[in-house]
Amino acid sequence: MKLRELFLQNRNEKALPLKAALNLLLLTVIIVAVFWLSLTAVGVTFDFSFVSEYRTRIGQGFLMTLLISLASFAVSLLLGVLSALGQGSRVLMLRYLCGFYVKFSRGTPLMMQIYLFFYIIGTAWGIDNRFVAGVLILSIFEGAYISEIIRGSLLSIEATQWEAAKAVGFSRSQTLRLVILPQMVTRTLPALTGQLASIIKDSSLLSWIAVIELTQTIREISADNFKLFECYFLLGLLYLALTLPVTLITKKLEKKFSYET
Amino acid sequence: MKLELIGLTKTFNGQQVLGPIDFSDTIDTLAVVGPSGSGKSTLLRIIGGLLLPTEGRVMMDGEEAGHDESSLMLYRRRIGFVFQQGGLFRHMTARQNITVPLVHVHGFTQAEADARANALLSRFGLLSQAHKRPGALSGGEQQRIAIARAIAPRPRLLLLDEPTSALDPEFTTEVLDMISELKADGIRFIIVTHEMGFARHACEHIAFLHEGRLLEYGPSEQLFAHPQTPEFARFLSKLLEWNIVRE
Repeated sequence: MKLRELFLQNRNEKALPLKAALNLLLLTVIIVAVFWLSLTAVGVTFDFSFVSEYRTRIGQGFLMTLLISLASFAVSLLLGVLSALGQGSRVLMLRYLCGFYVKFSRGTPLMMQIYLFFYIIGTAWGIDNRFVAGVLILSIFEGAYISEIIRGSLLSIEATQWEAAKAVGFSRSQTLRLVILPQMVTRTLPALTGQLASIIKDSSLLSWIAVIELTQTIREISADNFKLFECYFLLGLLYLALTLPVTLITKKLEKKFSYET
Repeated sequence: MKLELIGLTKTFNGQQVLGPIDFSDTIDTLAVVGPSGSGKSTLLRIIGGLLLPTEGRVMMDGEEAGHDESSLMLYRRRIGFVFQQGGLFRHMTARQNITVPLVHVHGFTQAEADARANALLSRFGLLSQAHKRPGALSGGEQQRIAIARAIAPRPRLLLLDEPTSALDPEFTTEVLDMISELKADGIRFIIVTHEMGFARHACEHIAFLHEGRLLEYGPSEQLFAHPQTPEFARFLSKLLEWNIVRE
């Protein structure tokens, strides 16, 4: 009875620090043990000495992934806003175009889009810079998700907020600037930073068109030294180094703005 | 303040919900009552310039409310409007709700707007709540701040759309008290309400709406005592059915 209590906690309740630490420690031991057993069974060594040898390349790849992600985030934000506005447009062709864009991008695999657009953007439009092409392709894909985030938050703003803005005498542009935009920022920010974490992970697929970002760098290194386990383990850690802080920020923002609604 | 409604109608999706209504009188304090679905809120929104009538015109002191967005905007700026609920901007504090429209619509400086907001908030006992956002205020406080926001620019007419319908009974009183205080200040208003005691004793005139038509209009004491139409008599008797606290 007493022993059981050490491992259980009521739903929606936080555990005391000591109890949490005990459970985390035990869990870590179990996970490490399972991995250790599995890995020794296939005869994997834990030799990370190659890291210092390749550190400049790994650093460059890491930086490239960061750059691609930030650039894609900016461009996809722009595409997302335009597409969200376009879906509410009075111009029918624009409305249908934006709707089609969102459905296509969200409904097909990124891998397929990368190959397809790389030939269109890269070949037909004459963009040979793989960085630019990669950022554009990733932005088109992620922009569709951002478009839905923005459209959802726009729809979630109550009709009375628009009406009250009218009633106090705000013009159309004042209504957007003083009432709608500030409310949308607080409502979309947590979801948008979450999308940034997705962009960071999804950027790894650009390795398929030989953009030398983090994943591609590691693939090249592992093809040299055949240390597949160590390489991909490191790769996972490096992506976590990027996505964990973003996740933490997202959590913080969610808390900060939760009282708003 | 003279209000004229000329041949006013409103149709939603082919269904006529209001009118035709013709009306002309000087407005002091007017309660609009009637069963739900009788078009009270629609009428108030048309008078407030928030909704365009399908046909007809609204004239205030001989000046016609426009038919396009920019002239309607100017017309609305001289009217205060209070919604049933949720009319405060939720991302702004109570004080900002009052000052931001004063600064951006009515050309106050920030200092003038703050002074006006503080004067109103302290007069109505809301100063201690001034820094809070609507979500942290009680329903009654929200409505009183909404009223303070509506009268801050000194509009020529205040319109209140069921300002107490969404409130718990104890908050209803504080909101109605505030409105009757405004009446003592000489503020002219039209209120859509289900509070018959307030309509009868605090409003000079009463208008009874039934299925989109204006069936009765006159001094409230007189109409309450002697309903002219069977519809109004039935409406009153229904409301009073359970209104027997002491007997």
